Amino acid sequence: MIESSIKSSVEFWRWEEYNRIMPGKKWTSKDLITAGVDVGSVGSKAAIMVNGEAYSWGITRTGSNSPESAKKVLDWALRDTGLKVSDLKYIVGTGYGRVNVPMANKAITEIACHAKGANYIWGSSVRTVLDVGGQDIKAIRSDETGRVVSFLMNDKCAAGTGRGMEVFADLLKIPIEDIGGISLKVDEEPPPVSCTCVAFAKTEAMGLLRKGWSKEKVLAAYTRAMAVRMANLINRVGLEKELVITGGQSKNIGIVSRIEVILGVKCLPMPNWRENGLDPMVAGAFGAALFAKALYEKAQKP
Amino acid sequence: MLKPCTKRRKNPRAEDEIIITHYGYSDGSGEYYITIDTDKCDGCGKCVKQCPQSALRLETIFIDLEDKIVASVTDDQRKKIKYTCSPCKPESYNTPCVLACESKAINCTWKTQ
Repeated sequence: MIESSIKSSVEFWRWEEYNRIMPGKKWTSKDLITAGVDVGSVGSKAAIMVNGEAYSWGITRTGSNSPESAKKVLDWALRDTGLKVSDLKYIVGTGYGRVNVPMANKAITEIACHAKGANYIWGSSVRTVLDVGGQDIKAIRSDETGRVVSFLMNDKCAAGTGRGMEVFADLLKIPIEDIGGISLKVDEEPPPVSCTCVAFAKTEAMGLLRKGWSKEKVLAAYTRAMAVRMANLINRVGLEKELVITGGQSKNIGIVSRIEVILGVKCLPMPNWRENGLDPMVAGAFGAALFAKALYEKAQKP
Repeated sequence: MLKPCTKRRKNPRAEDEIIITHYGYSDGSGEYYITIDTDKCDGCGKCVKQCPQSALRLETIFIDLEDKIVASVTDDQRKKIKYTCSPCKPESYNTPCVLACESKAINCTWKTQ
């Protein structure tokens, strides 16, 4: 009885907040140190770059107060680095809450930053970037320098986004990190569900569970519906290889593998962010930090 | 106040490498998009004045380390343009915004199923 009441208080949607310093990287006072702060609707990301090379980053949940979230996540990125905010030569704010980043020298749209960041993480072969954020999905086409060529900024609602996944994690009592893997544990793809709206999907999912569908089957049906929506967005801006996925849902293997099946292309391999790779969730902040470097250098030129 | 950027890039890009922004969505009933070619758009604002629904505005975007003022669909309207834009009969492709644009930067895609 006690055990079950403890279990019900577990927050299954809660994903991991962490900070990272790239191993073996050092900074001196002569280096050009810049930062990008990406305040998303669900997660805040900050990246520190030394001479345009990733040095450290942090990921936290965005609170109800954007300026405070920006400050908190930048503190995370600076933790144990010996750096202070005053050491940062230029700070670019981006994301949903970019106008609310008080320490930023400039705000840039997340579209430009994600294309630049994806170009930094995966290299110049990236042409299509799908950013699956907390509340929206963006399909971006870029050229070999990471410059945006075409983008589709917004779909109709939060369906098929990170927030939708959090709702399912809570409903089915499955930790959010495991959702993708579990959604793949079906022998065949279930029939598509009619509705992807987060608000209605919950009701529909309950109905399916009552009809005897397994959790795996329900998750498979919804993950597929979300992947179909994302694939439609990509087709609208035009798919060109190489394709990469950024944002929180890039870590959802169920989404990634289904998009690959629907579009018939493989995404570039995910960096091993748990060890020493760059985290695709921080792509926007990396891009912002790169722009910060370029803007600082531009301002220095007579 | 920033001036609209009228400077052309040194190396003109191929036709498919200009920046196109798409606003809108496709749902069960069809496809509804306003697309703005931000390379052609010079930020004159004529479309913004012509739009009877006030669905357009000028916005600063960031291209090639420069700020550029271009037309865009307002945040509020992006998710409901099917309804907002329908009085202008977008399926005719001759909406007030498209006609107002001298540089032919605005287009609409309206496909009802």
